Amino acid sequence: MSTKAYTFKENRPAFLLGMRHGVPIGLGYFAVAFSLGIAAKKAGLIPIQGFLTSILCHASAGEYMGFTMIAAGAGYFETALAIFVANARYLLMSTAMSQRLASNLPFAHRILLGFGITDELFAVSVMRQGYLNPYYTYGATVVALPSWALGTMLGILAGNLMPAFLVSAFGVALYGMFLAVIVPPARQNKVILALIPICFALSFAAGVLPFVKELSAGTRTILLTVVIASGAALLFPVKEEQNEE
Amino acid sequence: MKNNVWIYIAVMGAVSFLIRVLPMTLIRKPIKSRFVRSFLYYVPYVTLAVMTFPAVLDATQSPIAGGAALAVGMIVAWFGFDLFKTALSCCAIVLILELFIK
Repeated sequence: MSTKAYTFKENRPAFLLGMRHGVPIGLGYFAVAFSLGIAAKKAGLIPIQGFLTSILCHASAGEYMGFTMIAAGAGYFETALAIFVANARYLLMSTAMSQRLASNLPFAHRILLGFGITDELFAVSVMRQGYLNPYYTYGATVVALPSWALGTMLGILAGNLMPAFLVSAFGVALYGMFLAVIVPPARQNKVILALIPICFALSFAAGVLPFVKELSAGTRTILLTVVIASGAALLFPVKEEQNEE
Repeated sequence: MKNNVWIYIAVMGAVSFLIRVLPMTLIRKPIKSRFVRSFLYYVPYVTLAVMTFPAVLDATQSPIAGGAALAVGMIVAWFGFDLFKTALSCCAIVLILELFIK
């Protein structure tokens, strides 16, 4: 399972499969990043700065938060804190992903995998069977991340030139991808099947309830994730073999 | 006052990097606690479901198109079509609804 899992023979198809799965992610990213670029332009960023920010941060909520701070002329420490809050869910994802790696996976792979984490790349990665082959994630990353960075740059350059119906159509690719990740396991697992409508309902409620709705979308997501996943873990602890899947 | 944008970018990049890399590099052993393992097992499903709805309704010009994309995506995914096809079906239904019907 350990070292021999990372031979060229297995890495190549893993990388190619990752690239294939990266395409819808990249499409969705492009549209979202494009609108993010419009926010970056308002904050006074030039195209290359938008590109660089997106390569380094690749997080919609986090970057949006950052651009808002820049536009407001906020302090650097304050900006760091805001980015931390907006991206705190990646602490959870990184922890979850660490459990899917062979324990002898070299340090460099861990740094690269960690650096690449986004909601979507995390989702497709942890759905792989057995230990994660890092090359699968790299394949998805090399397709999705440049698309994200280019989208941001073009958003700054071209502003509102893209027709609205194209933005809409690109934009839902992301959600289609989310559904492709959460729906198929729900056929086998009744807990997940029940969780999906519960999550939808609570997420909707959190967006309209007083006080909670004032929080940023990123903070609401992390709060709901902790509450709902804790509840599910308490009431329906997973049998060991399910975790090994 | 206007601070230096390049420094902002460096700060944002550094914080984003540390948040993502620290748990992955520090936690090298399987977590024993059944609760934590179960919690982490449910995290991706819960996060993605939470981020999907109601956000999908705002991703399109009219919430109806977003709702249609949600319904189509769930049906297509339920019947086991892969990620790429599911995502494309969602794009297609939005394109049809917003371009041809509206």
